[in-house]
Amino acid sequence: MAQYLVLIYGDEARWAAGGDEINERAMKGHMKFGEDNHEAVAGGNALQPTSTATSIRKGEDGEFSVTDGPFAETKEALGGYYLVEAPDLDAAIAVAKQVPAEFGGVEVRPIMVFG
Amino acid sequence: MRITRDIDLAEECVQDAYAKALSSWRSDGIPARPAAWLTTVAKRNALDALRRRSTLDKKLPLLVDDDVAPGPESSGDAADHPSLGAGDSIGSFPTPGYGDEPGDDRLRLVFTCCHPALAREAQVALTLRLLCGLTTGEVARAFLVSEPTMAARITRAKKKIATARIPYRVPAPSDLPARIDAVLTVVHLLFTTGHTAPVGPGLVRNDLVERATDLARMLRTLLPGNADVAGLLALIVITDSRRATRVGADGRMLLLQQQDRRAWDRAAIAEGLTLVEEALGRRPPGRYALQAAIAAVHAEAPTWDATDWSRIVALYDQLCATWPSPVVALNRAVAVGMADGPLAGLAELDVLTGERQLKGYPYLPAARADFLRRLGRITDAHSAYEEALALTDNDVEREFLADRLEELGR
Repeated sequence: MAQYLVLIYGDEARWAAGGDEINERAMKGHMKFGEDNHEAVAGGNALQPTSTATSIRKGEDGEFSVTDGPFAETKEALGGYYLVEAPDLDAAIAVAKQVPAEFGGVEVRPIMVFG
Repeated sequence: MRITRDIDLAEECVQDAYAKALSSWRSDGIPARPAAWLTTVAKRNALDALRRRSTLDKKLPLLVDDDVAPGPESSGDAADHPSLGAGDSIGSFPTPGYGDEPGDDRLRLVFTCCHPALAREAQVALTLRLLCGLTTGEVARAFLVSEPTMAARITRAKKKIATARIPYRVPAPSDLPARIDAVLTVVHLLFTTGHTAPVGPGLVRNDLVERATDLARMLRTLLPGNADVAGLLALIVITDSRRATRVGADGRMLLLQQQDRRAWDRAAIAEGLTLVEEALGRRPPGRYALQAAIAAVHAEAPTWDATDWSRIVALYDQLCATWPSPVVALNRAVAVGMADGPLAGLAELDVLTGERQLKGYPYLPAARADFLRRLGRITDAHSAYEEALALTDNDVEREFLADRLEELGR
């Protein structure tokens, strides 16, 4: 068994404009996803929007620079994740396709195993 | 009066090369330039099953063997276990003869090499390397990159297969149609690249054509009931039946209209026609079957003038419905021009002028140029030929377009 992170990306502006109906649909979608895939899902969370993010970089001078906003400004922002267990990529993809990801999509990344 | 040479250029080259652009267009957008390929004198490598077997034995260190659970306890027993592959999960060599047909191994391998999680370049390189048995150096020369660059590309792909755990197996039935489509796309890309080389001194790269043909035949043997596989093989053998006639003795390109049809390979055409019938049995017909059917119309026409252009337009109508794309629409426009005259053809082409995906695609201005010339709009034709020339990298095609320009100038 291997672990993959399923990263959920979406256009925040479209989410915000979507209103209650869209949000309810997403909630139901995630609940259904969790029920249908409870054996595969080891964890997951929704994230607050990028307007609440804080980024920290260390300069060459060794000084920290703390700034408002996500690390990278992208059209589709990271909105949540699931940690998924699967024997291979095809199985991970089959699970990832079920993740609600309106206004964007998902990325499937294998977890690095050390030792 | 020379009538339709440039329509032929568009028709033949588009028919042969458009799916190449299309395949990458579907995922990435039409690239500014096709990858550069060298024309080399190719050694003829015999692709017998034994060679593939020995390739399989030696060249799969990073594929995950699906049949065996990882762990040291499996490596000792697996060698004696007839239904398992040998070895642990990473670093295992699927060993033929342990209850598997060699065909099963090749199928697993081709599906792995053409997995959608791999970039198209990686799919093609891996297929050439692992299925066709080309050396890394030979694959590098095909892609006009250095051997270390190609070695790195192949290594990265193998690493992705291992790290992301792309499974070494034939996909589940529900995934099979999409996965077969990915394999056919790679094989077709190899064929069109060989059939009309995007860059270089020669029009055809026979070594790539032969590899692609062998792969298509292999797929046909291993997936005998599949209509899309039959369609691709039909398209390849019918298109390649013209190989002997596409370049004149002087090295210049000969269009469909000029080719000596007596020198077309009639045995190949006969084989292709049988396959087309089978392939068209699928409802709705797949895109390779329809392209093959179009090629069959040309193959069956005894002369250029006898070509049933209306049938070709009808086939393109079906193709556009199954596979909506600007390149297919371009092909259709050329056929309309042949069936209904240059004004009608130009009208169809004008619809495509704004198409983003056709920016940088030489066959659009080439087709416009010929219609314009036939309509007597010489200045406009001149600009269109210049535009096509600027976008064309293959020497034989460039020479052809330059000849056209020169004739206009007189």
